[in-house]
Amino acid sequence: MATVQHAVSQDAFEPSLFGTYSKKIGMWLFLASDSLTFGALLFAYSYNRIANPAWPTPFGRESIANATVMTACLLSSSLTMVLGVLAANRGDKAWTRNWLLATMFFGAAFTVLHAMEWTKLMGEGMMPSSNPWAATVPQFGGTFFTLTGMHMLHVTIGVIYLGVIALRKKFLPVLLALWLVGWLVTPAGSIFHYGVHVLLIGAIVSAVILFLKPKDYDAHDVEVSGLYWHFVDLVWMFIFPLVYLMSTKI
Amino acid sequence: MHDVAHDETKAVYFWVWAGLIFLTGVEVVLAYEQILQPVRMLEVLLVLSVVKAALITLYFMHLKSEIRTMRWLLIISVMACFALMWIFFFPDADRILHLGVR
Repeated sequence: MATVQHAVSQDAFEPSLFGTYSKKIGMWLFLASDSLTFGALLFAYSYNRIANPAWPTPFGRESIANATVMTACLLSSSLTMVLGVLAANRGDKAWTRNWLLATMFFGAAFTVLHAMEWTKLMGEGMMPSSNPWAATVPQFGGTFFTLTGMHMLHVTIGVIYLGVIALRKKFLPVLLALWLVGWLVTPAGSIFHYGVHVLLIGAIVSAVILFLKPKDYDAHDVEVSGLYWHFVDLVWMFIFPLVYLMSTKI
Repeated sequence: MHDVAHDETKAVYFWVWAGLIFLTGVEVVLAYEQILQPVRMLEVLLVLSVVKAALITLYFMHLKSEIRTMRWLLIISVMACFALMWIFFFPDADRILHLGVR
């Protein structure tokens, strides 16, 4: 069968309305839609916070200190991410990978600290439908776990995304090892014993992408992954004050 | 199609990071002092959060370097959605508070 070769010229396409490449526009559009998801959750939390004078204030000095360190982790991860983008733009593959790994480290630290905070709160009796501090405000647990859980999921997906960009197929055994360790280490009654399966799902999805469309990720891919990562950081800049600082017990 | 060049240097990114850490410190101090009523506190924290979000978006996400069409389309569309949420929800939340519902 004869193969028809199409001559493709730059002039064949109209210039982009937004002056940049399509996957970056796609990521911006996704982030715009995702910001509305988080916006709705944040507004739901804030509405309930303001409308309920009996809103629980369970976050003492220890929790606020923990959340402040988590915030510092995310802010520092944004710095390492943007330095990774800078390294990718100048074609420095080694430093691009190093900065991405540093970003993943800060992201993983954030997730572990957050999981510890959740475990502490659940140990005190906080559940999605009830809490031990204010019986008349059962929605505290639901709004808190939904908002922070959604964010934790985004951070976890972000770490997997960066791992795929930085290490490609080499990241798959690392991810599977993390899943296995997480599954074995967390107690059977803990929510994270089941939550850690997000890593397994992430490994399967990553494997499908990496094996079906293997490629060397370039500076554009690093920049697009950076957009996602900074967005996750940006969302936390609203969650931290609204959820933690508005419910302090100091 | 042109690719947007990012003019920022490492020093700029470190300054932005330092600014973000400083603003986070201000928020934590405000929470510890508790000198403001909840609604006023919410307003102050939201303003600080918007400043931090703007720094992240403009410098780390390089929106400052994008072309005007993309910059304003994104900002206006997202802000319009948030404004709608704010206009409809917050007066109602404040009204419930002043009605004294317990």
